[in-house]
Amino acid sequence: MTIDPDMAEIAKVFFQESREGLDVMESGLLSLGATADGESINTIFRAAHSIKGGSATFGFGEVAAFTHGVETLLDEMRNGVRPVTAEAIQTLLQSCDCLREMIAATEAEQPLDQDRIATLNGDLKNILGERPHDAPVPVPTAAASIEAAANTEAAGWRIAFAPVADLLRLRNEPTRMFAELRRLGAFVARADVSRIPPLDALDPESCYLSWDIEITGQIPRPKLDEVFDWVDSGCRLEISSIGNSAAVESEQAGPPPEAQPGATQAAPPSQVERAPPASAPVQKASGDSGSIRVATEKLDNIINLVGELLITQSMLSGFADGIDPNELDRLRQGLSQLARNTRELQESVMQIRMLPISFAFNRFPRIVHDLSRKLSKKVELKLTGEGTELDKTVLEKISDPLVHLVRNALDHGLETPEQRTAAGKPETGTIELGAFHEGGNIIIEVRDDGAGLNKAKILRKARERGLVPMDQDLTDEQIDNLIFMPGFSTADQISDVSGRGVGMDVVRRNINDLGGHVQISSKEGRGSTIRIRLPLTLAILDGQLVRVGKEVYIISLLAIVETIQVERERVNTLAGRTEVFRLREEYLPVVKLCDQFGVEPDSRSAEDGLLVVVEADGKRVGVLVDDLLAQQQVVIKSLESNFKSVSGIAGATILGDGTVALIIDVPDLIRSAAKSGSGAVAAHAA
Amino acid sequence: MGKKILAVDDSASMRQMVLFTLQGAGYEVVQACDGVEALDWARSSAVDLVLTDVHMPRMDGITLVRELRGLEGYKFVPMLILTTESSQEKKMDGKRAGATGWIVKPFNPPQLLATVARVI
Repeated sequence: MTIDPDMAEIAKVFFQESREGLDVMESGLLSLGATADGESINTIFRAAHSIKGGSATFGFGEVAAFTHGVETLLDEMRNGVRPVTAEAIQTLLQSCDCLREMIAATEAEQPLDQDRIATLNGDLKNILGERPHDAPVPVPTAAASIEAAANTEAAGWRIAFAPVADLLRLRNEPTRMFAELRRLGAFVARADVSRIPPLDALDPESCYLSWDIEITGQIPRPKLDEVFDWVDSGCRLEISSIGNSAAVESEQAGPPPEAQPGATQAAPPSQVERAPPASAPVQKASGDSGSIRVATEKLDNIINLVGELLITQSMLSGFADGIDPNELDRLRQGLSQLARNTRELQESVMQIRMLPISFAFNRFPRIVHDLSRKLSKKVELKLTGEGTELDKTVLEKISDPLVHLVRNALDHGLETPEQRTAAGKPETGTIELGAFHEGGNIIIEVRDDGAGLNKAKILRKARERGLVPMDQDLTDEQIDNLIFMPGFSTADQISDVSGRGVGMDVVRRNINDLGGHVQISSKEGRGSTIRIRLPLTLAILDGQLVRVGKEVYIISLLAIVETIQVERERVNTLAGRTEVFRLREEYLPVVKLCDQFGVEPDSRSAEDGLLVVVEADGKRVGVLVDDLLAQQQVVIKSLESNFKSVSGIAGATILGDGTVALIIDVPDLIRSAAKSGSGAVAAHAA
Repeated sequence: MGKKILAVDDSASMRQMVLFTLQGAGYEVVQACDGVEALDWARSSAVDLVLTDVHMPRMDGITLVRELRGLEGYKFVPMLILTTESSQEKKMDGKRAGATGWIVKPFNPPQLLATVARVI
């Protein structure tokens, strides 16, 4: 079939849906393992079935053909005809991968990987080829004889049709069928009314008539069969050709199939579909979130508008402050109501962008399954808090760092079964992936019960590489977090799983770029926990307004560790220009926003201002400002799309008085401080 | 106002294709994504035709047809099931549950319209 533009549009939905279906199949197959209960196989089967039906409908024959093999295997498993073996599951998982690629290639109109398809098809056939003992044997059927007769075109047909009484109840209208017959040729029907009962015994919903029909013309037999296709069960239907009495063919159509299965058309065995158990089991609602698909741009547009509304509202409140309060109580009341409504509207619009973290977590059962096979480790993956929601963009960007962390935990964290047994631990290790909300943030934890970090080894390596001065003592926590330093790896053997120690620093940078924060803690022999703190969204930010001269800047509250009044004797100057500030046992480089952005401050000396201690990438600096103003949620406007990208600035926002305030990019500020100032100091501060 | 058709399928793409085809031909279409949703809707509303997929979560198409036939307003409403295979067994299950007929998938828009036109 050809696909017109509208169908192509719908096909896009099919591609998306198929990917979701494949996810369902994959997670279903992974959880199948030892216990193969009927309903979970049924769910997998249904997903395969939908992909097959859809791909056939939209004209993707190769996808449909391949899925057919998968579906057949699943159907046999579902019916208990085929045992659920590890090999079969592995082949089905690979088939899911293959299908995912086929669908991507089809969507991109790229050629398919025929070799791979052929290989997997072969694997599937091999499994299916081991025919189970009770495989249905193809039965020579009435269908075959109908086929044979199909081309014999007679001068006409005689049809004896005696329907069952409840014909009408199934809405199979004889008049409708007669209208169709009339279109085929000259048509005469004689009704037999002998079965009509007396009026008091007559059920108006039943059919008591039967007919003798003659239809003349060159009518192929299948055309007639099509007309009566739906009425077969229980009806008496005899069709014979006129003028060729030798070829009279009598068909007692539709005896109940249980009674005479051989007489009805039997589908080829590979296509036999069995009815699900009579009491259709209720599927658990996982994955069915009753969701709608909305384009992200549309949402972003609404979010933008809500942001504007928020700005207008705070502008109005500011305006009310300047007018005689006695007369304006009611205006104020109205404004505060507007403020509340705006905030609620904003929250509910933001909600639309929120997705449960299960979208990221769902990849892990497969990753862990494949990796543990490869590494010959035994591991149980526990997921908690999958329903915790966060912004779609944050979700997408956190996915890869999480994969890296989980791989690391499996590869470096967990020991082999032998090592575990020797250490008196259960053979099977545990990796826990959890998420929960805390304040306005989401916390994601990756926890393993493996060997934990080897602190002595880390410290030795860090010293060898000059990352930590030889004489400096570090707390356990500080040592653990050294693994996030660039170019750090403690793996004795470099494996193709977790690479060469490029990773943890990249993980941390990615998380910092999202405005988040990561740290690790571990107990030797007991395991490690990595804790990631992320903002729920990138569209708004909890900001601290700070003033430098006449300018107002915004610093993310997440990045602020503390704010302190500076005492003169705690400020030192290094190399004649870089000022450092001693905070407890740490030396922090002082970043002067006035110099950074070229604005005139109230005072240039550190002790007149306030020092805002911020942290990113595990480094801290003190940002010198003149004053702290309010804390408020601000709507982040991209500077890049409205102006151009500026180093040290993450974006802008519009304050209530209509002025633009710039949002400080803390990680960038710290990086440039490390470059321009003394690198040793910056590293020291870690 | 055209005839009203209740289309039940758990696959959004199939629903859209059915919706698009039938609306294009002037029918009014109500959609449901499984048997439970369809049945809930049908308890308080009437249609001229029910078109349902067989394999669906929560309640399959065969059960839906059986349940619908039990509703007073649905005694004589034509009901068609969509089956992927031309499996006789499934068709018979459908008939026994009270289905009027079936459409074998894959079908294209003209086939769908022709089949619908047979019953309403």
